[in-house]
Amino acid sequence: MLNLLIIGFIASALAPFIYKRTKEYFGWIAASFPLYMFISFFLKYNEIVSGNVIKEATTWIPSLGINFTFLLDGLSLTFVLIITLIGTAVFLYAGSYMKDYEHTGRFYLYIGVFMTSMIGLVLSDNMITLFVFWELTSISSYLLIGFNHHKESSRKSALQALLVTGSGGLALMAGLILLQQISGSFEISSLYDIHDKIVGSNLYPAVVILVLLGAFTKSAQFPFHFWLPNAMEAPTPVSAYLHSATMVKAGIYLIARFNHAIGGTEIWQDTILVAGSITMFIAALLAFKQTDLKKLLAYSTLSVLGTLTMLLGIGSNLAIKAFFIFLVAHSLYKGTLFLVAGTLDHETGTRDVSILSGLRKYLPVTMTAALLASFSMMGIIPLVGFIGKETVYSSILEVENFRFFLLALAVISNAFIVMVTILVGIKPFFGNLLPTPKSPHEAPIKMLIGPLVLATFGLLSGLFPNVFIQKLLDQSTISILTEELGITVKLWHGFNFVLLLSFVTLALGISIFYFRKQIIQALDNISLTKFIKPSYWYERILNGTLSFAKLQTKVLQNGYLRYYIIFIILTTLGLAGYTLFRIPGIDSLEIILDLTIYELIIALIIIASTILVITSDSRLKAIVALGVVGFAMGIIFILYSAPDLALTTIAIETLTVILFVLVLYKLPKYLKLSKPGSKISDAIIAGSVGIFMTLTVLLVTAGEMQSELKKYFAEASLPEGKGRNIVNVILVDFRAIDTLGEIIVLAVAAIGVYALLKLRLKEEDK
Amino acid sequence: MFSVILSTASRYLLPLMLIFSFFLLLRGHNEPGGGFVGGLVAAAAYALYLIANGVEEAKKLLKAEPIKLIAMGLLHAIISAFISVISGQDLMTGVWAKNEFPVIGKVGTPLLFDLGVYFLVLGIVTKIIFSLAEEDK
Repeated sequence: MLNLLIIGFIASALAPFIYKRTKEYFGWIAASFPLYMFISFFLKYNEIVSGNVIKEATTWIPSLGINFTFLLDGLSLTFVLIITLIGTAVFLYAGSYMKDYEHTGRFYLYIGVFMTSMIGLVLSDNMITLFVFWELTSISSYLLIGFNHHKESSRKSALQALLVTGSGGLALMAGLILLQQISGSFEISSLYDIHDKIVGSNLYPAVVILVLLGAFTKSAQFPFHFWLPNAMEAPTPVSAYLHSATMVKAGIYLIARFNHAIGGTEIWQDTILVAGSITMFIAALLAFKQTDLKKLLAYSTLSVLGTLTMLLGIGSNLAIKAFFIFLVAHSLYKGTLFLVAGTLDHETGTRDVSILSGLRKYLPVTMTAALLASFSMMGIIPLVGFIGKETVYSSILEVENFRFFLLALAVISNAFIVMVTILVGIKPFFGNLLPTPKSPHEAPIKMLIGPLVLATFGLLSGLFPNVFIQKLLDQSTISILTEELGITVKLWHGFNFVLLLSFVTLALGISIFYFRKQIIQALDNISLTKFIKPSYWYERILNGTLSFAKLQTKVLQNGYLRYYIIFIILTTLGLAGYTLFRIPGIDSLEIILDLTIYELIIALIIIASTILVITSDSRLKAIVALGVVGFAMGIIFILYSAPDLALTTIAIETLTVILFVLVLYKLPKYLKLSKPGSKISDAIIAGSVGIFMTLTVLLVTAGEMQSELKKYFAEASLPEGKGRNIVNVILVDFRAIDTLGEIIVLAVAAIGVYALLKLRLKEEDK
Repeated sequence: MFSVILSTASRYLLPLMLIFSFFLLLRGHNEPGGGFVGGLVAAAAYALYLIANGVEEAKKLLKAEPIKLIAMGLLHAIISAFISVISGQDLMTGVWAKNEFPVIGKVGTPLLFDLGVYFLVLGIVTKIIFSLAEEDK
């Protein structure tokens, strides 16, 4: 499985290059890649449904327990099949849809990385690997939402999605690390046996909150839902793929995956149940006033995500079954409808549902796909959506507390979804034709295959649930719960209360559709206060952070080098001084001054030249005096038998003097600018640094040196590092990675210096 | 401020200093020296040449763009780090040739790493000095 993922990333990286050469045909080539993944995983179908679990492990950082462990069971197989199937449809679709965009090759790079990461996410058994893929999906989503980066709204939405899911990601990471602290392992499958230990731990509530924060932000649960409708700025294939069928389900996958290990408690179930049902209801209401095809679909997706979360919160066997069926059904019909919305936009030039009407003659094939998907979404027999809705209702009927309240919420939400479906999937094709910006015509074949295939799958899995759903359902539920359900999926349950509810939902939905205008007018008078909108708080926090950053930059980085140095010195002094004097027994150390005549002479030279530096009235004199200080330091290094240091110091001093000479002409006339007051404060700061450093050195040399390192390096240098110069062997061999870091810093600093100098040149040009 | 003496002297000093810098680099593993100080001395050689003959001449003499020297240095260091990975050992394990070479002595990845440091330091210092000197114009 690791190999497939590596192939995925490599193929994505190659996409822009292949696109340049093939352009027209690239859609077909691109689609073959998810199709290949689909087939490779589908070949394992028989093995998985017969109850096997495929595990694969490759070491990564074994000392930390972080490895590429992948696990293919019913749950992950279901997700992988959804991801790759819809991926195939979307990749093909985009070949035509994205034709007129700039950087289409780049688009395929991003979406390929996304698909591969998403597959990695659902396959990972190691929590850190899972987290890495989790973040990769967030980042590729960011790049895809902001794909039209010349539009400010795109950039803003992309950033919003990244900030919300990214902060959730941080919470998730903290939660996973806490979980590892409790269990001692990063492997999810190893958590199953110690469920009681985890639940009994003091850290358990924190784990639940943090993990759920990650899941809720990713799956856009209330109050983090606001980023999803804004993410509709992305090109439509992205919305279809990431923001309805796959990525937003990652949070729900996470809850399902961890349900077995850390679920089953009141805090877990209740939090999920409440968040899910609120999201389901509010999102359905918010969908009501939208007129944009994609926004309508986005809010209905939110509502479905809420329903799925709620079902996991209910957690009964029936609810898990409903969760599973609804998940599959939703991915199929919502993927289709998004693609249809894209087609309508592409072929008519508008996404406004009040303009789209009477297109049945012009887009007959698209209409077929749209109708199939719509019926599934409305829950009409015999499509899979019908089974989904039925099981949702019957699982709510099993809940002990607030049963009818939840049921009412669900029925109302679903009625609104029915209304959305009519607006998006049915109304554009019937009634009278209205003028659209582009004259409508049927979409090219690449944009027809995807929606048709997905819609047909929806029909088939409704008609033959035994073939398509039953077996995977059995295996998936083992991953979520502990035992097999033994519940069969049937299309027809006979005339009962649940069927009645389905009819009520439909009827209610249709009447809402007919009275939509009147209701909107009535609602216009009621306006919600901004304080209860989560997006308002998002804006507040974002702006607050920005103004704090501005303020802090103004104070700390005000452009005057001397203040930078003062801040750095004072911080070091404060922190290091505090640490130094907290070392126990530090005041009982005896300081021994044992000076030779050479040291004394050099010390006097240093003091004399320092005084010259600060009192001199000529810049050249000051530079030379400063050089003397440096060379004297070099001599001290020689006296203490550190020739390497001495050599480097002397070379550096020489170059520093040369540098000073080069800039000497450029500097303004030497003036005494400091006021007496600032001179005194400078003297205090400089003096305290000097005293502190002296004290530190004296204290360090007064104590016993207990380092084993010196001995080790002295002994190992020749046999292991093949060199007699210990300093150099440490630099280039024992501690080479430190040196590597340092030279990278140096290189960056050089680029910085260069940029600063060139910047000034440009200003002079003006 | 053109000085014939300095200009002539710098022409003879430059190769000498470069040889010395290389000598420092090679002996670094056993005696005081090494890539860092070697790079500094080489840069000082060019700095001297620059003061005597002007920035254009110095640039011509160096031939390579300093920024490319920096990149080359980093590349050397990183390649040296990965050679051991290819031969199946941990990252940055020293890999040494079996035989000693005349003049150079033992050859191994740490020497390559040191060479990287040498180029990088040379690149950085010449980059800064050249940029500063160019500003005079």
